[in-house]
Amino acid sequence: MDLSILIEKSVLVVILFSVSLAVAAYSTYAERKIAAFLQDRYGPDRAGPWGLLQPLADGGKMFFKEEIIPNASDKFLFILGPCIFMTTALMTSAAIPWGKSLHLFGRDISLQVANLNIGILYIFAIVSIGVYGIMIGGWASNNKFALLGAIRASSQMISYELAMGMAIIALLLTSNSLSIRDIVDQQAGFHWNVFYQPLGFIIFLVCAFAECNRTPFDLPETETELVGGYHTEYSSMKLGLYLFAEYTNMFISSAVISCLYFGGYHFPFIDSLNLPQNVAAIISVFVLFAKVCFFIFFFMWIRWTLPRFRYDQLMRLGWQMLLPLAIVNVLITGAWLTYFK
Amino acid sequence: MIQYLFFALSALTIISALYVVFSRNPMHSVLSLIVCFFTVAGHYILLNAQFLAIVHIIVYAGAIMVLFLFTVMLLNLNRETEPHKTNWVKIAAVIAAGMLFLTLIASLKMAGLGTYSLPHKSNIGFIQDIGVKLFTDFMLPFEISTILFMSAMIGAVLLAKKEK
Repeated sequence: MDLSILIEKSVLVVILFSVSLAVAAYSTYAERKIAAFLQDRYGPDRAGPWGLLQPLADGGKMFFKEEIIPNASDKFLFILGPCIFMTTALMTSAAIPWGKSLHLFGRDISLQVANLNIGILYIFAIVSIGVYGIMIGGWASNNKFALLGAIRASSQMISYELAMGMAIIALLLTSNSLSIRDIVDQQAGFHWNVFYQPLGFIIFLVCAFAECNRTPFDLPETETELVGGYHTEYSSMKLGLYLFAEYTNMFISSAVISCLYFGGYHFPFIDSLNLPQNVAAIISVFVLFAKVCFFIFFFMWIRWTLPRFRYDQLMRLGWQMLLPLAIVNVLITGAWLTYFK
Repeated sequence: MIQYLFFALSALTIISALYVVFSRNPMHSVLSLIVCFFTVAGHYILLNAQFLAIVHIIVYAGAIMVLFLFTVMLLNLNRETEPHKTNWVKIAAVIAAGMLFLTLIASLKMAGLGTYSLPHKSNIGFIQDIGVKLFTDFMLPFEISTILFMSAMIGAVLLAKKEK
């Protein structure tokens, strides 16, 4: 293997890693600020100007808290749970194209760790592994509430994965490729998939909410009935990892939604500006991040607007409404492609 | 390098597979079976079959093993509630497993293991090639297996449905 490629990819991985963590950290701050805004409060404003250092203070607090591992728990699995959840949350960013390629040191540097020809399936596979983090953690705690939360989380995630996969199949029919970079490049010049697949987009969005365990689908951690859900027994940084990974998941799913349905790093008229390659690449990264930030805001907006579902409502929505709708969407797309193209 | 990777993966596969059988804790068995599936997916990647590897992870590690975990978690099996088998059953099991082992060894001996080499430039594991193959050369088996899946799904729904 070429050494320069190795260095290039390692640098990219480290940057992605730190950016994901930083975005996740500041999502917690944004969440509290947005909640405060929607509820007509101030939100955190003590640490630093406008409370901007709040995530650091929270992180420090998490690290120095007492670490409690229940005696009756399975210790190895108890520690493994949050590790798996965090690792899988960070792994998905590898297949996402973060921008156009840069031209540095006489070579093109692609802003994507791995341009897999099965990029979407890779993300699906990693997401489906993430379930284990919750299941193992919840089971190893040896606590009824944690077990119930874990079972809710995992059955919810595997139920919504189906509808999500069906929504993606309709998209793949039109794009003819599983590589996320190809899908993004096909949307250049405002041919965003959301205009061709509006139904698929709505299904995908709802499923993304359910996959991230966000309100209105945050049944696994309903504090009114399950104390803290699957992380009831966790304290200190292990709890921190669970909460943090949730925000990382939110960041990644916003990035996936932007790439699949909103043109990724493209924005209209970028080609008519005739910018030099590197400037265009940097602008494209910022464009993608702007879209991602909008979707993170959207996630939070929904959380502080809608109440949560009941569990049977959640299952009915997943299996009896979203899944048939997604199949109908696949049929319509297939028929349209066969007869009108 | 690929050869070392292959040996490391194979060792991991065999160790995790053995742990599935020898572990007394069903939860640990299930988890090491998941590790085993991952290493098998790694072998697929070494064979340049990315699509098969990912589908293997999605279907086996991501879907089937979750259901296994569910069952184990809900039954809460442990050493106290472990069902005790009589000696006759154990002896019968040993004989049956020994015969299976013998058959496997015999068939491997017949296969004539040559030197190990990687089929590098094969693109058969790519999604386009698999799709084309499935819908041309293997059309009939493919369609028959979909009917099999369909009937299994309907059967599962019927079984799960409560008697009115």
